[in-house]
Amino acid sequence: MTRKTIPEPEYVLPGHSACPGCGGTLAIRYMLKALGPEVIIAVPACCWAIVPGYWPQCALRVPVHYNAFEATGAAIAGLRAGLDALGRKGVTVVGFAGDGGTVDIGLQALSHSAVRNVDAIYVMYDNEAYMNTGVQHSGETPIGAWTTTTPVPGATLRAREPKKDIIAILAAHQIPYAATVSVGFPEDFVKKVQKAQRVKGLKFIHALTPCPAGWRFDSSKTIQVAKLAVDCGLFPLYEVENGRWIISRKTIHHTLDAYLKVQGRYGRTPPEIVQLIQQQIDAHWQRLLALEAFTAAGAPGSAPAPTPPPSGAAVDSRLAQDAAP
Amino acid sequence: MKQVMTGNTAAAWGVRLARVDVIATYPITPQTTIMEKLAEWVEKGEFPAQYIQTESEHSSLAACIAAASVGARTYTATSSHGLALMHELLLWASGARLPVVLTDVNRALAPPWNIWTDHIDTVAERDTGCLQLYCESNQEVLDMMLFAYRVAEDRQVLLPMMVIEDAFVLSHTSEIVDVPSQEIVDQYLPKFEPEFRLDPSEPFGLGSVAMPDQFMEFRYRASLAMDRAPEVIRKALGEFERAFGRSYGGLIEEYRCEDAEVALVVAGSAASTAKAVADELRREGHRVGVARLRVFRPFPVEEIRALGKRISTLGVLERAYAFGPNGAFTTEIKGALLGLLAPPRVKNYIAGLGGRDIRPEEIRRMFLDLERVSQAGLDREVEWVGVQGLRWAEGIP
Repeated sequence: MTRKTIPEPEYVLPGHSACPGCGGTLAIRYMLKALGPEVIIAVPACCWAIVPGYWPQCALRVPVHYNAFEATGAAIAGLRAGLDALGRKGVTVVGFAGDGGTVDIGLQALSHSAVRNVDAIYVMYDNEAYMNTGVQHSGETPIGAWTTTTPVPGATLRAREPKKDIIAILAAHQIPYAATVSVGFPEDFVKKVQKAQRVKGLKFIHALTPCPAGWRFDSSKTIQVAKLAVDCGLFPLYEVENGRWIISRKTIHHTLDAYLKVQGRYGRTPPEIVQLIQQQIDAHWQRLLALEAFTAAGAPGSAPAPTPPPSGAAVDSRLAQDAAP
Repeated sequence: MKQVMTGNTAAAWGVRLARVDVIATYPITPQTTIMEKLAEWVEKGEFPAQYIQTESEHSSLAACIAAASVGARTYTATSSHGLALMHELLLWASGARLPVVLTDVNRALAPPWNIWTDHIDTVAERDTGCLQLYCESNQEVLDMMLFAYRVAEDRQVLLPMMVIEDAFVLSHTSEIVDVPSQEIVDQYLPKFEPEFRLDPSEPFGLGSVAMPDQFMEFRYRASLAMDRAPEVIRKALGEFERAFGRSYGGLIEEYRCEDAEVALVVAGSAASTAKAVADELRREGHRVGVARLRVFRPFPVEEIRALGKRISTLGVLERAYAFGPNGAFTTEIKGALLGLLAPPRVKNYIAGLGGRDIRPEEIRRMFLDLERVSQAGLDREVEWVGVQGLRWAEGIP
C-alpha cells in the first residue's frame, strides 16, 4: 500500500488535442489536481491555447481566460482585481503559459505583477522552445539543442545561449514563493503547487515539460526524459521561499549522456558541447548549494521571514525598508 | 454642482460617478492627470475602486479585459503612443465583446516627438471595433463617460468604447462643469450585469480557437452590434437629456445647417471655433453651417446622407493625416455619400496637426473657399492649411 498524495479528481477531460506523450498536458493535469475546482486560469498563445479544443468545446473543468501572447502577467492582475472588486472570494487565479510566452514576450508584464505581488500562481510549462509554431528557439532553449531557428554556419542548427534563469529573475523580485518542478516527479509537483496555493502574493512555478515532437524522442519516454533531466542536474528541483533557497532533491547522478542520447534534438552533439553542458550543470549546482547555505536560517544571507505584503502594497513596503536607517 | 475643472478632471469625475470597479492605467502626457486624480480619490477612500498602475498601456487594457471578463466595470485612459500600443487589445476587447471604456486624449505620434493635439492616434484605431466619441467641451467629456458605459454595456452593443478629448485644449484647460449628483447618475447608469462572466461555478472558455467554419459568425454578430449601435446611441442620448437636461444633438451635431449652402464637418474642440466663425459669416449674409462629427464609430451613415441631400458642398476639416488620398473622415464621408443620386462635392482640409492652432481666419477662408467650390466646382480635393510658406485656397482674397 502506498499513501495517495495526488488528489483523484480530474479537471482535464478526455478529448483534448495534445500530442501523445505531451509533458505540458501532464503539467496542467497535476496543477489542477493540486488546486481543485475553485480556479480561473489565464492562458496566452501557446500549445494550451489550442489543446483544450475548438469553440465551443473545452476539455478543462475550470474557466479559461484566453489572453494575448504577452499579456498573462497583466491578465492575472486584472482577474484578481475584478474578483476583489466584486467581492468574489476563494478563487485561485492562475497564469498557465509556455516558456516563450513567459521569459520572452511575456516577461515585462510578469515582472510587473511580481513587483506588485499580485495574489496569483503563475505556472510556466517549459518545453524549451516555441513548440506550437514548430520548434523555434526561445529564451529557455538550452545550449546544444537543435531548433529550426538556431543557425550555426557549417553545422547543424544548435542553440548557443544558456537557458534564461527565470527563477533567479523572479527571486530578485522578492516574490514569496518560487519553485521548479518536473512532470517526472508528480508528488513533488503537486506538493509545491499546493504550497503555492496557501501563500498570498505572486507565486511562480517553473515546470519542465518534455515535448516528444520538438525534442525528438518516442512519446512513451516523456517520464523517463523528465526524470533524467532532474537526475543529471540539468534541471534541479528547488524552492525559493521568502528568500530562502532550498534544494528539493539533494543527489545528482552523472547521467547527462543518457539524457542527451534519448533525444534527437541533441543528435551528434560534439564532445566539446557535451563538456560545456556538464560544466554548466556543475557550476549551477555549486551555485545552488552555496545559495542554500548562504540563505539558511541563521546564515549571513538569511532574511527574516517577511510577511508577504498584500497585492499592490509591495512597492510601498520596500520603499519603507529602504528608507529605514 | 458647478465647478471649474480641466477636461481630464472632468473625465475622472465621469469615471468616479460611473462607479467603475477596476482602473488600470499607465502614465503618458497628456493623459496622466486623469490617473493621478483617480489615484488621489482612491487613496482618500472617496472612490472604492481597484486601482492598478501597470507597466505599459498594453497591460492596462489586458488587465481591464481580464477584469471585465469576471464581470467588473473597467476603465483605462491613454494618449498617442499608448493607444497605438493597445491596438492588439482593442481588437481583443471587441472580439471578446467586453465593454471596456477608455478615455483617449488625442495627441500626435512621433517622430518628431510631439505631445499636442492631433487626431491620428484615434483615427488609426478606426478598424478595431472600439466605438469612438469626440468631445468639444469639458462638460461633454464628463457626460460622455457616463454615456459610454450606458452604450457599451447595452446588450445590443457589448463593444469597447473610447471617449476622446483634445490634448491641452480640453485636457488641461479649465471650464465650468456641472457635476451631476450620484443619485441621478445611478438612475441613468445601473450596475454592470453581464450575461456571461468567468466563474468556477460555471466553467467555460472565453476567447478559444474558432475554426474557419465558425469564425465568420463571430465577426458577423459583432457587425450586427455595430449596426445596432447608432440606434442605441440615439436612444441613450434622449434618455441622457431627460435625466440631466443637456442635449448633444446626435451622432452628428448640426449647427446652423438647416438652410446652409455649404457646411464644414469637424470633430473635437475646433468645432467651437468653426461655430463662432459660422455665426460671423451668417451675420454677413453667408449661408454656412457646421456639422460636428461626434461619433466616428459606429459611422453615422444616415446622418451624413441626410446632410448631403440638403447641402451641395461639404468641407471636412481633419486634424490628422492618414497617409491616404485624403483624411480618413473624408474617405468615409465620401463613401457614405456615394449612396446618394446626386452626392455633394466634398473638399478636405488638413489642419492643426501636432497642436498647431486652427485660427478663425483660416476657418473663415475654408467657408469662402467652399462657397467658391459650390459655384465653380471642385479644383483641388485636399488642401493643407497653415503650413508655413504653402499657399492654399488660391483665388480667395
